[in-house]
Amino acid sequence: MQTANVNRLTPYLFMAPALIVMAVALMYPIGYMIYASFLNWNPSQRIGEAEWVGFSNYINLLQDDAFRESLWVTLKFAAIVVTLEMIIGVGLALLLDRNIRGMSVLRTIFILPMMIAPIVVGLMWRYMYHPTVGIFNRTLKSLGLEPIPWLSDGSWAFTSVIIADIWQWTPFIFILSLAALQSLPRSALEASRIDGATPWQQVIYIKLPLMMPVLIVTLLLRLIDAFKVLEVILVMTNGGPGLSTEILSLRINRTAAEFRELGEAAAMSNYLLILLLLLTVAMYLYNKAVEARAARLRAAAGGDA
Amino acid sequence: MPQIVFDQVEKSYGSVRVLPPLDLSLNDGEFTVLVGPSGCGKSTTLRILAGLETLSGGEIFFDGAPIGALEPKERDIAMVFQDYALYPHMNIAKNMSFALRLQKAPKSEITEKVQRVADMLNIGHLLDRKPAELSGGQRQRVAMGRALVRDAGTFLFDEPLSNLDAKLRGKMRTELAEMRDTIDKNMVYVTHDQVEAMTLGDRIVVMNEGTIQQQGSPEELFKSPVNMFVAGFIGSPTMNFMDGALQQAESGLSVTGDGYTLPLTAEDAARLHNATSRDVVVGLRPSSFERNASLPGQVALKVVVAEYLGAQSVLVTHCGQQELLVEMQSAAPLKAGTTETFGIRTDEIMIFDKASGLRL
Ligand SMILES: Nc1ncnc2c1ncn2[C@@H]1O[C@H](COP(=O)(O)OP(=O)(O)OP(=O)(O)O)[C@@H](O)[C@H]1O
Ligand SMILES: [Mg+2]
Repeated sequence: MQTANVNRLTPYLFMAPALIVMAVALMYPIGYMIYASFLNWNPSQRIGEAEWVGFSNYINLLQDDAFRESLWVTLKFAAIVVTLEMIIGVGLALLLDRNIRGMSVLRTIFILPMMIAPIVVGLMWRYMYHPTVGIFNRTLKSLGLEPIPWLSDGSWAFTSVIIADIWQWTPFIFILSLAALQSLPRSALEASRIDGATPWQQVIYIKLPLMMPVLIVTLLLRLIDAFKVLEVILVMTNGGPGLSTEILSLRINRTAAEFRELGEAAAMSNYLLILLLLLTVAMYLYNKAVEARAARLRAAAGGDA
Repeated sequence: MPQIVFDQVEKSYGSVRVLPPLDLSLNDGEFTVLVGPSGCGKSTTLRILAGLETLSGGEIFFDGAPIGALEPKERDIAMVFQDYALYPHMNIAKNMSFALRLQKAPKSEITEKVQRVADMLNIGHLLDRKPAELSGGQRQRVAMGRALVRDAGTFLFDEPLSNLDAKLRGKMRTELAEMRDTIDKNMVYVTHDQVEAMTLGDRIVVMNEGTIQQQGSPEELFKSPVNMFVAGFIGSPTMNFMDGALQQAESGLSVTGDGYTLPLTAEDAARLHNATSRDVVVGLRPSSFERNASLPGQVALKVVVAEYLGAQSVLVTHCGQQELLVEMQSAAPLKAGTTETFGIRTDEIMIFDKASGLRL
């Protein structure tokens, strides 16, 4: 009896160090941030000296036009880039899922953008978007077209940022979709050819539905990442012109560094965290629903067998 | 329902040649059974015919028109895959109706057809399930159903009954035989099962290592196989082979070997008298034995094991050093360990050349 108890405790004993590290490394900063979001806290003060203001940071933020604008820009940005990246990434994967010579080299080239440090990506695009010496405007000029104010006009700047993000992150979706495609059951695809499906119908009725679980996880991962994008935009536009590209993480950065409102920045971070949590919970619920469906069907199958 | 002709069809995967040049014609409305040992290229032949594999050489003709370059869907073919190849994300009804839905057939017609075929296959109650929720045999029947709901000109079956229990298999065999007789379609059927091959096939094609050994009606293959391979492959229990030599005596030609001497019929003797110098192999079907002292061939066999199969028993016996299978009515049981004399119908003896395996 005694040894049985000890045996049952052993796994927890082994897990304890990891748990403690997690608690310190993960829970402490988060707890700190949540606590800070209830304070009116200036960086020159120690945290103990800051005034407790309850929910007023959160309430103020909701009424703050700049924050609301920034939230809207973030949502718009994430929705647009993720949608376009999914379409292009999955589309490319569908096109390149074949055994042509040189395809593996091509695939490697396709995923290069993802491997470049975000700061470098930002710098690179900033130079390419440069109004006079950037490659885009030089090309436009040599074609006899008007130059485009890539980063200096509000709506163009938003588009430019989106283009850069798509360039960098489509490969992520491409590579995961390709992996999903290549693990599809070959024989089901062959059967669909015999059943008379055109390549398009194969994509719509067989490939996409079978890839769906992977695609949904990919979508959520990408969405979570898109909400947190910072460096590329920081380097390219620093949020401007105006607030046109000021996504939330930039706004948080500015609130803390420029406006010296640590409490408000923490509250803003928490809004972002809540948003991401909602997405994660959605993903979790989706997985649960799929599992539950499978379990229900199994139960039904067992019931009348 | 085209006439299908394989003209020098070849298939290689890289440097591995799976089918050497193959000629085969499948007549209009015929039920052709492909048999052969595992890995001999039966599935490959079907897949080439279906258009799932490209030709490495030669051409296939449907009613004289080359189709080697056509897509599977342009060949008007339905196929049952050896590994079922069901669509994992669709339920059984959707799996079976996929082709019809692509053809935009009317809904009521689809439902009616699917239900009818599903009932025939005893899977009518499973239509709402996903393939992963079925047993192997049920999946196999779905694969079968998916082909049968279609109105294709040619049906290809790759071991479609291999996973069913004996009773179900018998039932499905009957259904297929009925289909063969009532609808005028080409059917190509791959099987390892003797009974299926013999009962279903208008014509049986025996393959080995990608080459066709012999083709013909079940009776032809059983009664006059061209070589030892076909003789050993067709018929169950399998044919007995014994080494021997031909001997000319004044009473006629006979064949003799370890523990036996059997006279040959005058007909065989006339054909074989030139071959007396060769080493031969004697082929004896287990069914050629009879407890009958008046038969011309008599041989003493030591019964080692008696396998009781119901009305029939198969005796494993020794003739000298060699093992012989003998099929007998169970009514007159024989004890293991005894030595008995059996009569042999000498007109059923087959003589093969030992070196080439060809029938002499
Ligand atoms: N994609 C491939 N690449 C290389 N060799 C292959 C490939 N597919 C099949 N083969 C080879 O071709 C030969 C014939 O295979 P096939 O599937 O036609 O055999 P089969 O007669 O259907 O056998 P079974 O009765 O076991 O199903 C086998 O030796 C196999 O190893
Ligand atoms: Mg096979």
